[in-house]
Amino acid sequence: MTTATHDRVSPQAAAVGPRRSRSARAGSSGPTIVVAQAFLVLWAVVSTVPLLWAVISSFKSDPEIVADPWSLPKALRWENFARAWDAASIGTYFGNTVLVVGGGVALTLLLSAMAAYVFARFDFRLKGALYYFFVAGMTFPVFMALVPLFFVVQNLGLGNSLPGLVLVYTAYSLPFSMFFLVAFFRTLPGEIAEAATLDGCGEVAIFFKIMLPMARPGLISVGIFNFIGQWNQYLIPLVLVSDDSKFVLSQGLANLAVEQGYAGDRSGLFAGLTIAMVPILVVYALLQGRIQAGMTAGALK
Amino acid sequence: MRNRQQGRVIVGFLAAPVILYTVFVASPYVQAFYIALTDWRGLSAEVEVIGLANFAELSGDPVFWKALLNNLVLLVTLPVVTIGVALFLAFMLNAAGGPRSGEIRGVRGAGFYRVVYFFPYILSIAIIGVLWTNIYNPINGLLNGALRAVGLGGIQPSWLGDEKLAFWAVLAVLVWNGVGFYVVLFTAGIKAIPASMLEAAVLDGASRSQIFFRITIPLIWENIRTATVYLGIAALDAFAVVQIMTGGGPNDSTQVGSFYLYQNAFSYGRFGYASAMGVVLFVVTLALSAFTLRATRKERIEF
Repeated sequence: MTTATHDRVSPQAAAVGPRRSRSARAGSSGPTIVVAQAFLVLWAVVSTVPLLWAVISSFKSDPEIVADPWSLPKALRWENFARAWDAASIGTYFGNTVLVVGGGVALTLLLSAMAAYVFARFDFRLKGALYYFFVAGMTFPVFMALVPLFFVVQNLGLGNSLPGLVLVYTAYSLPFSMFFLVAFFRTLPGEIAEAATLDGCGEVAIFFKIMLPMARPGLISVGIFNFIGQWNQYLIPLVLVSDDSKFVLSQGLANLAVEQGYAGDRSGLFAGLTIAMVPILVVYALLQGRIQAGMTAGALK
Repeated sequence: MRNRQQGRVIVGFLAAPVILYTVFVASPYVQAFYIALTDWRGLSAEVEVIGLANFAELSGDPVFWKALLNNLVLLVTLPVVTIGVALFLAFMLNAAGGPRSGEIRGVRGAGFYRVVYFFPYILSIAIIGVLWTNIYNPINGLLNGALRAVGLGGIQPSWLGDEKLAFWAVLAVLVWNGVGFYVVLFTAGIKAIPASMLEAAVLDGASRSQIFFRITIPLIWENIRTATVYLGIAALDAFAVVQIMTGGGPNDSTQVGSFYLYQNAFSYGRFGYASAMGVVLFVVTLALSAFTLRATRKERIEF
């Protein structure tokens, strides 16, 4: 506890001086707050310094990195990024990831919205059974089914391919996305669909022209959730893709870490890390309220 | 007429999702049980059903036991540490602000802290593994550099190379990764507590720690349960961090079930044996989730 922190707190305490008398132990809470604040600041430092370190190191030369991990770069070596992007194939991995996640999120949204709409609006035989069939898929960790999944994908001729990854990502994203959207579709007024039916509008048109646009906020939440989940996926591509021209970012980076360890190009590795980290952090910073809500919504249901 | 159209829509809309899910999710889980009973070693090799022989071998495999033991230690330590830190931070952010004056509010900058705490959670676990491998690097890593900078250059642990340290170094990364998510989860719970309840407690002279233990924790118990189950599942996984940072070593001190399964399947080609491991881990997961939910069951407090 430094005196400086005390000074910062005291004017605040003085400002509410008159109200203090109402609470018997008001004075004793000062130090507690300072300790609490110190802990809050400490965790903020612990959360950010490792990330900042990677970004700063990505501008250093290899000798600088080896000499002192805490030093600042003497010059901004942008060539590290060029090397990581081209020579270390981060550019290829980045492109693959964009394709797979773009396809995966779009397909997940379309299929889960269709299934969710049916579950929310219609009654049919086997509805309950089908519902629990999907619930089961959310309960088990993926690595349990790793071996059979590998062979299912191989046998369908989808091994080592980006479309294969899109389909598998979608399949594993379906249960959660569907349940989230079922709850969402239930909150939408059914009368509008009824009215459209009376006007002679077909069921498919009702879904695409009326219900889907109304479900936009829900679709955005599910989309963000799946974007982050699929962008960060590691185990599935590691098992299904072994051809390094088809690697996704997380997998390529982990592979690079092993290779660079031998090659000694640590500045290139840090540049690769930065390229992988920064876009997702920027997206998060821009949309943080929605992202936090989307990612915790599942847990709170 | 309308019914037939409805029927077509139901089938048409459900067909693709159900097929995709059945092929890539449901069927692998079912097949895992069958493959576990075989000695399958790959595509071309003969497959023979060998009954429970894989399970018998597993029960005598010291590495598997070591892996399970590590998973169990993680299962206790990861939720306890993560929830402890996250609860404390969430409480401080939301209910510990300002001088006590009969008014409960968050600290200044609470929104900023919540954003920053979430950073580690938003990144791919693979990126985190690579990053922390470098932080732990004994020669030019961030940690030992810090020790040198504060004059403790004599203490230069080999964080991931030391059998006694490696496991805890891995645990620290998992905690670092998860805390931000649970701060947000608990914040949602704390925000749902009616302000009048906390204010009444303050007026009655309740201390900050009494408010924390007697009011906040019971009222967000549902969120804590959810967190326990999620972290339990994470503890039984821990794959990426172990695979990237330690490869299960040194001397199996960081070996976990998921990575040992992966090694057996994709390094040694022992698909039957690996599937048997998957089945055991599946049963353990199921039993533990049921146990956790039962053990933490409480009367739900309505407010």
